[in-house]
Amino acid sequence: MNLNTDVGRMESVLRGRRDDGAKLLVVYITGGYEGWEAAVETAAAAGADAIEIGIPFSDPVMDGPVIQEASQAALEAGATPASVLAAVPNLDTGVPHAVMTYYNLAHHPGHERFAATLANSAIDAAILPDLPLVESGPWRQAASEAGVETIMLAAPTTPDDRLPELCAASKGFVYAVGLLGVTGERSALASTATQIAQRCKSVTDKPVLVGVGIGSPEQAVEASVVADGVIIGSAVVRRLLDGGGADGVGELVASYRAALDAG
Amino acid sequence: MVMTDPNMEGRFGEFGGRFVPETLIPACEELETAFREAWADPSFVNEFHRILTDYGGRPSPLTECYRLSEQLGVRILLKREDLNHTGSHKINNVIGQALLARRMGKSRLVAETGAGQHGVATATAAALLDMDCKVYMGQVDVERQELNVFRMHLLGSEVEAVSSGSQTLKDAVNEALRDWVATVENTHYCLGSVMGPHPYPWMVRTFHHVIGDEAHEQCLKLMNRVPDVVVACVGGGSNAAGIFSGFADTDARLVGVEPAGGAAVGRGVPGVVHGMNSYLMQDEVGQVQEAESISAGLDYPGVGPEHAYLSSIGRAEYPAVNDQEVVEAFQLLSKTEGIIPALESAHALAWVVREAPALQGQAVLLNLSGRGDKDVDQMMDVLGTESNQ
Repeated sequence: MNLNTDVGRMESVLRGRRDDGAKLLVVYITGGYEGWEAAVETAAAAGADAIEIGIPFSDPVMDGPVIQEASQAALEAGATPASVLAAVPNLDTGVPHAVMTYYNLAHHPGHERFAATLANSAIDAAILPDLPLVESGPWRQAASEAGVETIMLAAPTTPDDRLPELCAASKGFVYAVGLLGVTGERSALASTATQIAQRCKSVTDKPVLVGVGIGSPEQAVEASVVADGVIIGSAVVRRLLDGGGADGVGELVASYRAALDAG
Repeated sequence: MVMTDPNMEGRFGEFGGRFVPETLIPACEELETAFREAWADPSFVNEFHRILTDYGGRPSPLTECYRLSEQLGVRILLKREDLNHTGSHKINNVIGQALLARRMGKSRLVAETGAGQHGVATATAAALLDMDCKVYMGQVDVERQELNVFRMHLLGSEVEAVSSGSQTLKDAVNEALRDWVATVENTHYCLGSVMGPHPYPWMVRTFHHVIGDEAHEQCLKLMNRVPDVVVACVGGGSNAAGIFSGFADTDARLVGVEPAGGAAVGRGVPGVVHGMNSYLMQDEVGQVQEAESISAGLDYPGVGPEHAYLSSIGRAEYPAVNDQEVVEAFQLLSKTEGIIPALESAHALAWVVREAPALQGQAVLLNLSGRGDKDVDQMMDVLGTESNQ
């Protein structure tokens, strides 16, 4: 398969920041959840290098209780892929945007149509956690042709012989899944987090970010000793669920930013 | 052969595949390899059949329904999976998977359940083979299948009520998948139907192939021919796949009966959830819809990919029946033959009753996939005082 190898906006921005010596911080927020738009803008202002916007799906198998709850609330409030995506071009963030959703929402409208919708909605990249490398070829082709980078997930269980292919296929950055499990904060950083980051770094020079299981700025720093940065999601969304609003999110993101900058 | 092995990507035609998080891909590959090796190993196959015989009660009988046949004008033969240990066909699959899990060195089973039949069967296999077991069951189903919850506890399994989403079978599958993502190193996901990522649809059908093989032989012995029609209920579709596999290469008409509120094949829209590309009930943007059926075991918005394939090539048909027809069929079999069927299995009979005018004089083999003991509480509520008449 001849996939477009041009570097997209997500990857070039993150590479640039990394090459300037920064550790990267990507912040996930569930689209359609009350107050999400302000939270996205605040997160960017507080130092996120990119924003991941969740498009809520009825059956989020890769998500733990916090993101499940936000997704369900967003769906009950009437969120749809169209309503979430329509809001993105109006968001004032100044950083690249990825969507994180599940494959059926790309499959149902058709790859080309969904990819075009993303491209027209100020979305640079897509993360589809239930679309593994082995099934991803047709979607990556369509996304690439529309100028959308597909970020692939590398898991602790991914064997060494598949990792180079997976990292080569990934665009934007490589999402190193920090532990065996679904999204959610954990009390300590899993040993698998640095291991998978190390394994990815040894086969690619793309930015490698650890996500799933990052529960504190200290853990973010610990993971970023090896990785190029982290993705935080449940910790942020929990602030929204707890009523912290955009200010609470901004405060939280700023604390991660400060910790990563201090090293 | 019509019901042959899927291709290397785990597809039946365009359906199937392996749409699970990357974390689970190695486990699916390991499972596929282990299953291929085990199924080619006579000692494994012999032990599987020995347990199904000595413990499960196989072969299950073929019962000719004289009174019902006379009443409907259709010769009705029941494949009596209700007489298996644990009360349904589910035991075939769980014995196969539990033996395989042990062979792979896994010490723990997780399972989803709707009506509780697969949960009880998995808990049973776990007790038999001394494995830890956790069963995920939607909160709604926990309430309507209280007895099966207690059975699972008696058998030494943990039951976790799932309160997300529609709180039924599809959400129990989500939660079992989440468990498996976190515990894949020591845990086998004992999936209960011909669904999920490759190799499950193929492997589960293979473990249920015994239903079709026995029934084929029993029909030849009884009638010296295969039946005109083979009918079974379809939620995910495991009992139907099992009995169809014995007749797919004959002239028999294959009919899978879906509940009207969960007619995935009937609506014919492909979608991807729970690891597979198959027909799926979904809204206009692709959100999975909640199935609604009187029977918890058929309360599933998807269907196994091989059924989607059989429908797409025209080899099997998938009509739907409504809850009222099912309640009537449930009572009919009880009163005419002294057999209380599972509400799931009553769907198959409901179709036969409705279609009887067009089936006059034909021989119909019906897979009676489970017994109705688990449903009597619920039916007391549905029928009220009517049962006293």
